[in-house]
Amino acid sequence: MEYAPQLYSTALRMTRNAADAEDLVQETMMRGYRSFDTFTEGTNLRAWLYRILTNAFINRYRSKQRRPVETDLADVEDLYLYKRVTTLENAAASLSAEDQFLDLFTDDEVKSAVEDLPDTFKLPVLLADVEGFAYKEIAEMLEIPVGTVMSRLHRGRKAMQKQLYEYAMSRGLVDEPLD
Amino acid sequence: MANCKETLEELEPYIDGELSADAKEHIHGHLDGCVDCQQAFEFHLELKAAIRRKVNNDELPSGLLMRLESCLKEDFDGDGNVGDPSDR
Repeated sequence: MEYAPQLYSTALRMTRNAADAEDLVQETMMRGYRSFDTFTEGTNLRAWLYRILTNAFINRYRSKQRRPVETDLADVEDLYLYKRVTTLENAAASLSAEDQFLDLFTDDEVKSAVEDLPDTFKLPVLLADVEGFAYKEIAEMLEIPVGTVMSRLHRGRKAMQKQLYEYAMSRGLVDEPLD
Repeated sequence: MANCKETLEELEPYIDGELSADAKEHIHGHLDGCVDCQQAFEFHLELKAAIRRKVNNDELPSGLLMRLESCLKEDFDGDGNVGDPSDR
């Protein structure tokens, strides 16, 4: 039960909807309890539960929406946000944000930037950036090779950074992007 | 010593804690002498921490907690056991 809040947070990002997230967590916990005898003592219980959560999400929503398993994402230049760091720092300074300048982005903006990624990229980003799982654990959860985890993370992160910058632009905090 | 391009290629595995001790040492060797790369690495470490902090703070709905707990009070899977198996 101690993992329920984390599972709920992840489920909410996956489904973008509180009712669906609750169902997904309940399904995960019940499946976990039911198959607890397949859990190997001494291994990572949290990773095991996340594997169940991920599978439940994929089974439930991929079949429901009949969406293609692979979604593509426009390519974004490397180090997108870092290349604009001076602009961001100036914007933070003008808001007299005493905290670090990344607090320029609201919690809701960061949540949306993650949620808006296509599932193919959202799941690796959630599992690595938010939940801190290792590449190997993510590869097992998503049943894809480690190299694929890395390339999806790379592209997903860049797209998320671009989205964050666009939020800052739409709030008038920063100017048009450099080219 | 690695150059900037090679070092930046390892940025993501580095911030994700996926590099071996040797590989990390190699990166540190470059970062010690290169402020540009050092700043890029620090930025991405901060960014990852900020994402984690800002995204992972939803409150568990009390209704869901109650639903989960009531499921555990009955033998929902018919195995003759009641309660959280991880506590047994």
